[in-house]
Amino acid sequence: MGDAWNYFFDHRAEIQDWTGTTLWLAVLPVAIGLVLSLPVGWLAYRYRWSYPPIISGAGLLYTIPSLVLFVSLPGLLGTKILDPINVAVALTVYTFALLVRIVADGLLSVAPATLDAAAAMGYTTFQRLVKVQLPIAVPVIGAGLRVAAVSNVSLISVASAIGVTQLGNLFVEGFRQGRTPPTIVGLVLFIVIAVVFDAAILLGIRLLTPWRRAVAAR
Amino acid sequence: MIRFESVTKRYPDGTVAVDELTLEAPSREITVLVGPSGCGKTTSLRMINRMIEPTSGRIMLDDRDTAAVKPSDLRRGMGYVIQHAGLFPHRTILDNVATVPLLLGQDKKQARARAAELLERVGLDPAFAKRYPAQLSGGQQQRVGVARALAADPPVMLMDEPFSAVDPVVREQLQDEFLRLQHDLGKTIVFVTHDIDEAIKLGDKVAVLRVGGKLAQFAPPAELLSRPADPFVAGFVGRDRGYRALGFAEAGQLPLNDEKTVPLGDKVRAAKDIAQDDWTLVVDADTKPQGWLAVGRLPDRALDAEITPDLLNLGGTLASESGTLRAALDAALSSPSGRGVIVHDDGRYAGTVTASRVLARIEERAAKVRADAVHAAGGEHRDVAPDGIGGGR
Repeated sequence: MGDAWNYFFDHRAEIQDWTGTTLWLAVLPVAIGLVLSLPVGWLAYRYRWSYPPIISGAGLLYTIPSLVLFVSLPGLLGTKILDPINVAVALTVYTFALLVRIVADGLLSVAPATLDAAAAMGYTTFQRLVKVQLPIAVPVIGAGLRVAAVSNVSLISVASAIGVTQLGNLFVEGFRQGRTPPTIVGLVLFIVIAVVFDAAILLGIRLLTPWRRAVAAR
Repeated sequence: MIRFESVTKRYPDGTVAVDELTLEAPSREITVLVGPSGCGKTTSLRMINRMIEPTSGRIMLDDRDTAAVKPSDLRRGMGYVIQHAGLFPHRTILDNVATVPLLLGQDKKQARARAAELLERVGLDPAFAKRYPAQLSGGQQQRVGVARALAADPPVMLMDEPFSAVDPVVREQLQDEFLRLQHDLGKTIVFVTHDIDEAIKLGDKVAVLRVGGKLAQFAPPAELLSRPADPFVAGFVGRDRGYRALGFAEAGQLPLNDEKTVPLGDKVRAAKDIAQDDWTLVVDADTKPQGWLAVGRLPDRALDAEITPDLLNLGGTLASESGTLRAALDAALSSPSGRGVIVHDDGRYAGTVTASRVLARIEERAAKVRADAVHAAGGEHRDVAPDGIGGGR
């Protein structure tokens, strides 16, 4: 442990830099993936015939090996091979693929009687989606978002294989030098990031759903 | 007023849910749509606020074609209550009730003040305001549903089996309060139920629909009971029609026995002294009837004991002196002493009446109804009693 601490101290400038990259790669793809999955998930919910193809399509996206995606994106996007944007886009694709189904299922989880009542009160379709369906779907979508967030964090280090530097480089270093301190530092930092990110999402869910706690406390 | 003009709903697969329905729900009255499942009653209701669009025909709201009104605008002017209340689980009770005023652009403070007022109106403790729907019982949720429908003070209320999912005791309470509320508010109400007893209790007019969405009869409840239009209606209205029709006949001034009573807390001996056929009616300090005391069954040593509530037989129902023949007859039939207890409107004891006295009154009334019917028919159909039309069970 002392060795790991020394390693961290000796390389803190580099590690700080890598942590910055890792952090934005952890947050941004999840945020963008969520925003993109909302309309597509809604489509799958709204038009029943589109549910199977959209959900299967999203499942296929998720099965593309991450290395393939990292390597092929520069060709598709016209970016440089070492540009971290490639990694961000790839991670966004995975989050999106995971969340489309979650969003559709979250919207489907709203009780028909509640939807009927909302329509009968005079909500327009869009008002109903924003004021009734999405808020009620927060627990389902939030649970999916937590899974997507931590799995996204775990995917980031793979980017080291294509030369995009972030905390995953610590594992490469550890392997190259044949010693454990860099690996331990990397593991600890990834775990801290995942835990903090997960806790932040959990906090957000709790703030958005006071009604669930009130019921649970009964 | 809501008027269906030859309204038909046919689904793409050819099923006809509502078939050429023509019907007028009068303003400020309760119109009940009743029928077995598959009779199109809910479909009819949902066509009024355009949750379902008719295939042909028109629905007029005070001489305005509803098809020409934007659905969301139309709906904001119609309260809507459904079976499981359909409350928004993510909003507090207060905010649930404030929904439509907020949609109409009222500011939040005003809408919430109005919502709080309505919660009280439907008999809910203000303490519920901050709770969430899942923390309430079914009956309480249903009250919130009614409050929410009333919040924007719409002239029209659409109610789809609002009391079907609660237990019978709560249902009766909700029905009674609903009638009291309607008495104060005078909304134009269309009410859907599959329960003919509920239809007869609540409706000013009742539309009986048959499977396939055809109107079988549209009449006030008393007429539905006394003159069902055809065997289907007769069968649907069911057994005990004659008895239930008494629920619409005022008892009038019944000749009461001025039977003596004893107050709670007196000695049992006092009750024995005035007992008729071994039964004495016990009242409280306000002379409100508490139950019957069977003095014949008590051993001698019990005679010096005080009369306590646990000694009383509570079997008899009470009938109000301004009530119906049905209530009076039921009071007599259910009383352990055979003497029905009649009370003043404030609940104080008025007197007792036997079943035979009530029956005599029923006979008098029936004779008068028959005579009127013969008179109305100009004496031509002397041999057809009005109650015989349609036969049935």
